[in-house]
Amino acid sequence: MTTAIGSSGNSTQRRVDHYNNGNSRGSRPAPLVSRGEETGVGIEVRGLSKRYGSFQAVKDVSFEVAAGQLVALLGPSGSGKSTILRTIAGLETADSGSVLLTGEDATSLPVQRRGVGFVFQHYALFRHMTVRDNIGFGLKIRKEPRAEIRRRVDELLDLIQLSGYADRYPTQLSGGQRQRVALARALAPRPKVLLLDEPFGALDAKVRDELRMWLRKLHDEVHVTSLFVTHDQREAFEVSDQIVVLADGRVQQIGPPQALYERPVNPFVARFLGSINVLPLNSLKTGSTGRGPATWFETPPTPEAQAYVRPHDLDVFPTRNGKPYWPARVERITPLGGLVRLDLRIDDANQIQIEVPHDQSIGVGFLPGDEVYVTPRHLNIFDRDRSTFQPVDVNRAITQSWQAGGGI
Amino acid sequence: MAIDAEWTMTPSAAELPPAREAGAEGSPWGRRLLIGAVLAWFAILVLVPGLALARRALDGGLGPMLAALDRPEVYRAFALSLGLAAVATILNTIFGVALALVLVRQRFRGRALLDGVVDMPFAISPIIAGLMLVVLYGPDSVIGGWLEERGIQVVYALPGMVLATMFVTVPFVTRELVPVLRELGEEYEQAAHTLGAGRWRTFWSVTLPSIRWGVAYGVTLTIGRCLGEFGAVLVVSGNIIGRTQTATLYIADGVESFHPEGAYAASLVLAAISFCLLVGMDLIRRRLDRGK
Repeated sequence: MTTAIGSSGNSTQRRVDHYNNGNSRGSRPAPLVSRGEETGVGIEVRGLSKRYGSFQAVKDVSFEVAAGQLVALLGPSGSGKSTILRTIAGLETADSGSVLLTGEDATSLPVQRRGVGFVFQHYALFRHMTVRDNIGFGLKIRKEPRAEIRRRVDELLDLIQLSGYADRYPTQLSGGQRQRVALARALAPRPKVLLLDEPFGALDAKVRDELRMWLRKLHDEVHVTSLFVTHDQREAFEVSDQIVVLADGRVQQIGPPQALYERPVNPFVARFLGSINVLPLNSLKTGSTGRGPATWFETPPTPEAQAYVRPHDLDVFPTRNGKPYWPARVERITPLGGLVRLDLRIDDANQIQIEVPHDQSIGVGFLPGDEVYVTPRHLNIFDRDRSTFQPVDVNRAITQSWQAGGGI
Repeated sequence: MAIDAEWTMTPSAAELPPAREAGAEGSPWGRRLLIGAVLAWFAILVLVPGLALARRALDGGLGPMLAALDRPEVYRAFALSLGLAAVATILNTIFGVALALVLVRQRFRGRALLDGVVDMPFAISPIIAGLMLVVLYGPDSVIGGWLEERGIQVVYALPGMVLATMFVTVPFVTRELVPVLRELGEEYEQAAHTLGAGRWRTFWSVTLPSIRWGVAYGVTLTIGRCLGEFGAVLVVSGNIIGRTQTATLYIADGVESFHPEGAYAASLVLAAISFCLLVGMDLIRRRLDRGK
């Protein structure tokens, strides 16, 4: 299977029309396309498979990265994401499949001639070289004139905001500074594509956040086709135009971050991106308004259908208000700064987790042990037999089924 | 950064953290007694014999000692020792770096076996090593006979001595570098590859500078061992004065026969060289420990 991820032509798909909850991420404009080549495909992977002994690390993986985009390969450890990235770079060879860089088949090219920039998790800066020599290394290999190297290195030092650090050694820099130097070194020879392997993995949380935003800004300026590996879904969300979700060596889903979050195609993606409650649909009690979930679809869901619902898509009330609900008992209340998390129990087998903004919870005054009613605003109904997800906007569904003849 | 090389060699006892805070057990007198006993034991074993040699060599002052050294066979013996050390060290360094790279970076059948066999010269007595070479290259052997017909003498000549010296010092450079290379990892080399550098270029501009202090340490150990080598060379060389007599062979000869003064003086010189190497090694190791 080959799944195209948003070339600039379909960038409007980033706005998820179905039930966009107003998150600004959903409508961030696609990066400006400045050069003609950027309308093409930057990286294409076709039918990639790789086996280590008896372990099949990558299974028939295909995807494309549109030129000029910043795309995340997201998956848990062991999902094959690093192997794919290293295969694109030529640091590893696949058992089968091919790699195309800017339209040219690079499968049999050695790493030196692929024209990729690679950023390692642990920076891999040459410790015996100054920052200037590190950044200029790739240009020196290409036998660029010395004056040109100097000019380009100065330009990059400016870009990574380390102009005064040219003569330092890597050991004299902080982790974040080292990673910026590593990035400049990878960019110096003007690579066709930039590959980053868990680039922020070795940094502490605060530096990681800063560097993330910085990378996004940098990419908006430089526009080099970039693919980065991460296991951190928040990182993928904050930085990338598109996300390729991987598990067990297979592509699970490809799309813009918000689309994956709101319209997952399988339970893995739903569970992996953010937290989610999974409950039997038939445990949802019909409220007094409208008819039950069975009437929301043209073909009613099977009895085994499950409701996938995000903690922030749930409201909690001390009394019933007519909408469909789960009756529950408060087990634990955890303040999380701006949010408050409520752990509730529906019955012996099912728990539910809710996040409400702190200011909304002030007046509510629940205590552990209280009986409450939990009402979903958005649901994703998973039909195991058909293996499909069906998103539901509960309010709209109620209105529609009411109009269709459901009485109060 | 935690990539700084960690050494397999034993750290000096002084650098190790104290096992337990004082006072927890034993009286201060007990500790003093222990320290005193250790120092005395070391002095009896090493320091006193060393001083005794120095005193004996300098018995009649510096003049007679220098006179004892000022003989053609002494010059030849030292020149031969240094020459052997130079040739064996250069060849073993090149080979040792290559072997370490192969052991750490390549995966092939028999790698584990090779890894174990590399240490064999440590385990085998040098005399046996020398004997192996005599059996293989001696005039009565097939290879030795074949070479002799072509005018090449291995045993009782320089080639055999080089081989013997190399045999006993093969593992030093490799053993130093294997942990260094392992600790270094492949990422630096891969980074160089992605920047367009080929294998050869990567070796010279990235790998070698990263392991240079490890190489230096291995080289120092090799030189020291080459200069001190006795057993293997004794068997292979035939100990021909002025031709195949090394410094250590000269000393052995001198002690056994006619000119003990020369032996003492030569011993002192060799010991002084070893001491300089030791100081050099310590300096190198400090560079290594700092990781840059």
